[in-house]
Amino acid sequence: MRFIPHTEQDIREMLKKIGLRNIDELFASIPDTLRLRDKVLDLPTALSETELVSTFKHTQKRNPDPDEMSTFLGAGAYRHYSPALIGNLVLRGEFSTSYTPYQPEVSQGTLQAIFEFQTMIVMLTGMDIANASMYDGASALAEAVLMAHRINGKNEFLIARAVHPEYRQTVTTYLRGTDHQLIDVPYDSRGKTDLEFIRSNLSDKTSAVVLQTPNFFGIVEEYEALGKELAERDALLIVAVTEPLSLGILKPPGERGADIVVGEAQSFGLPVSFGGPYVGFFATREQYVRQVPGRVTGETTDRDGRRAFVLTLSTREQHIRRERATSNICTNQGLCALAATVYLAVMGKQGLRELAVLNLRKADYLKNKLSKVGGFEIRFNADTFNEFVLKCPKPATEVRDSLLEHKILAGLPLGGHYPELADSLLLCATEMNTVEAIDRLTEKLEGI
Amino acid sequence: MNKNTSSQANDSSVSVRGLVFNEPLLFEMGSPGRTAHSLPKCDVPEVELEALLPAEEIRDQIENFPELTELDVVRHFTRLSQWNFSIDTNFYPLGSCTMKYNPKINNELAALPGFAHHHPYTPEVLSQGSLQLMFELQEYLKEISGMDHVCLQPAAGAHGELAGMLMIHAYHAAKGTQRKKILLPDSAHGTNPASAALCGYSITQIPSDGRGLIDPKKLEAMMDEDTAAIMLTNPNTLGMFETDILKITEIVHKKGGLVYCDGANLNAVMGETKMGNMGIDVLHFNLHKTFSTPHGGGGPGAGPVGITNQLEPFLPVPVIEHTKGQYRLNTDRPQSIGKMKAFFGNFGILLRAYAYIRSLGPEGIKKVAQMAVLNANYIKASLTNDYHLPYSGPSLHECVFNDKHQLKNKVSTMDIAKMLIDYGFHPPTVYFPLIVKGALMIEPTETESKETIDQFIAAMKEIARRAKEDPESFHDAPSLPVVSRPDETAAARYPRLRWKPA
Repeated sequence: MRFIPHTEQDIREMLKKIGLRNIDELFASIPDTLRLRDKVLDLPTALSETELVSTFKHTQKRNPDPDEMSTFLGAGAYRHYSPALIGNLVLRGEFSTSYTPYQPEVSQGTLQAIFEFQTMIVMLTGMDIANASMYDGASALAEAVLMAHRINGKNEFLIARAVHPEYRQTVTTYLRGTDHQLIDVPYDSRGKTDLEFIRSNLSDKTSAVVLQTPNFFGIVEEYEALGKELAERDALLIVAVTEPLSLGILKPPGERGADIVVGEAQSFGLPVSFGGPYVGFFATREQYVRQVPGRVTGETTDRDGRRAFVLTLSTREQHIRRERATSNICTNQGLCALAATVYLAVMGKQGLRELAVLNLRKADYLKNKLSKVGGFEIRFNADTFNEFVLKCPKPATEVRDSLLEHKILAGLPLGGHYPELADSLLLCATEMNTVEAIDRLTEKLEGI
Repeated sequence: MNKNTSSQANDSSVSVRGLVFNEPLLFEMGSPGRTAHSLPKCDVPEVELEALLPAEEIRDQIENFPELTELDVVRHFTRLSQWNFSIDTNFYPLGSCTMKYNPKINNELAALPGFAHHHPYTPEVLSQGSLQLMFELQEYLKEISGMDHVCLQPAAGAHGELAGMLMIHAYHAAKGTQRKKILLPDSAHGTNPASAALCGYSITQIPSDGRGLIDPKKLEAMMDEDTAAIMLTNPNTLGMFETDILKITEIVHKKGGLVYCDGANLNAVMGETKMGNMGIDVLHFNLHKTFSTPHGGGGPGAGPVGITNQLEPFLPVPVIEHTKGQYRLNTDRPQSIGKMKAFFGNFGILLRAYAYIRSLGPEGIKKVAQMAVLNANYIKASLTNDYHLPYSGPSLHECVFNDKHQLKNKVSTMDIAKMLIDYGFHPPTVYFPLIVKGALMIEPTETESKETIDQFIAAMKEIARRAKEDPESFHDAPSLPVVSRPDETAAARYPRLRWKPA
């Protein structure tokens, strides 16, 4: 058994020290009726490493080969290139096999990296502070909603329908046990959130308004004046970001009056990996620092005056505050946050902007091409980043399915989440989609 | 093993000590114009940015963002990594955290392109490989735990707790009367009350008895028809099996309540007993503990939740079903609590846990529990003359000492922990569980050899001796890491949570 070192002699010597005759006696505190004894678990027999690898490789074949499938899927999970050094550095055992940095002296590597992550999230979002990470963008949004309630004690939330549907579902789940009300804000004919609806539904009960930008339809929301209007009613503006690469080129929500900015940082170096693990981020204003959920790293000095980093403000957290904690979160997404930190260090000031522009141009090219295909049109006439909605002449699932035989995954049919958009596909283009692949998609669509 | 303290190194030198290097923050390095990225050529028309976005939506360059070369980045993070303690470098006896060896092959399997680059919105007919492994992992966890259903969606233990408590909440709501209270022992993890509170429940603490266990009589007196559930940990946070578990679950069920079990300590009992056989209604698993997925310096983990049949209607969506040889995702479940996060869970972590279970097989899984318990009891037996053992009952996978003897010489648990670092070991979990004053909670796991454990025992004995003979020396500990005793009070009082230009 390759992970267990005990020889028969070790076991004998150790049992002797303990004063027991056999292994069985170690479990004497478990009531007899509950012991499995000789009953063997019904699990497949052990595999050697080579057998394990072939099992995985065999099963992998039941999924598409990513080199053969031309994919235009985004919708909260984005295909970007992750430079080789990221996987290399992140999988160093010193990072990947360490625990949460509760003992700062032996965790300075993790702690400094988290501090760098927090700093870069602050820079990207234009906020004052950020935490060490959340499970993902959706749960980060749910935590933001709970934080808004902690701040102003109100329990009505206006949430845009153009927020990612799975994010909205997650918020709903998190609020199930408590008395909160969610009001859906419609989108207008241009695919933008209806700000007039928000204005006319604001009340003294409104705790926060929740927007996403670019929204689920890929559209850049314009909400410049909203933050100020909300502040006057003692309500908060929460902005979610599912495609953080957009922050490489778009004005940050912090300059647009947001009070809490949350989102998903999967785009920064993490593979789409069938939906996880990803990494949520959480940023807000300085004044709300003690209401923030999750771990936070801070800078201090050690007893010799050297710069040191520690987990701080832990009196907010469950291990100290228990049922009065700001959140129940404990283990979060440390290694994924590290991957994002390495990614951002690699992309740097120039690279992130250049990549954002490249994504814009790819999506713009795709959009132009598809808009010229007979029967198809661009559903919403508004500025987009790297995603947009295509209106099809027939149900979008049919269009999607008929392209599968050409090994093209043409996007996400929207009918499941938006019945009124059953004829629409959400498509995404990133640096991973070549001009040839885009032209081939166009050509195949023309044949439909 | 480092037996002694060395002198402080000069901070201005590149090398602090041996081959550990000073390293600035990313924002304090590099030079304008340096780059580490390489993008594919733009093969579409290079449309002007202003033609794509309104000028007022375009941001300026991000000030102070890194400008580094590839080697700068590699060296930076490699140096940082060397400031970390890890399982790969030495023994990590952190109680409650199950810091076992994380097999390397599992990282490679999770990175196979067919899985790593599999988009979550790929139609399910094309996702059969991913769904198959998830479905099979659910089956394995069901078999190991004896629970009727398992949902893989929660991203961590506390997330699994929340999912479980929300299902309990939904269960009572469906019965027509919501209950208000949750009972939990005073030895519980902090996440338990925090998760229950998120569901709107109030918390009532059950004091542990003289054995460190739940006293069924006390429980019976506290249990009423306004109590939705009890949340317990079994084996509990003292590493002891709740020997009255059958009585406990019976008392709770009799009043219509449910039993939640925190599965943080499942490593102790796999293959020896099943939670589903003791009246547990909800159980979460910590795949990053029991099933060897890397802790990653604080995640990503995975916290699947197991339940009994009566809670099945409330499972998070989607539920993975297997009919006629096809796996499908069922979202049409009107009583579901909804979604805990986007998509289906921390898939890459689930793959690693799957690989781990397949590597061990049924005998291996059982052996894991046996050797984990052997190691813990060996440490306990070896250190009882040196450290106070507040609860002396039989332990399973971990043992909890405290600093009662050492405090006589003003050496505290924190001092012992810091001194252990200079001996090359990660400290045990300290000051938890809360029912033990000055707790030192030691969980060795099964992957540590007798030699390593003997070294640890020798270090602990040496530290106990020093506490008597040279208590002053503890004030300098630890002296070997890059920093020593950071000022945590100042960090909390004047929070500096981001780098700012000078």
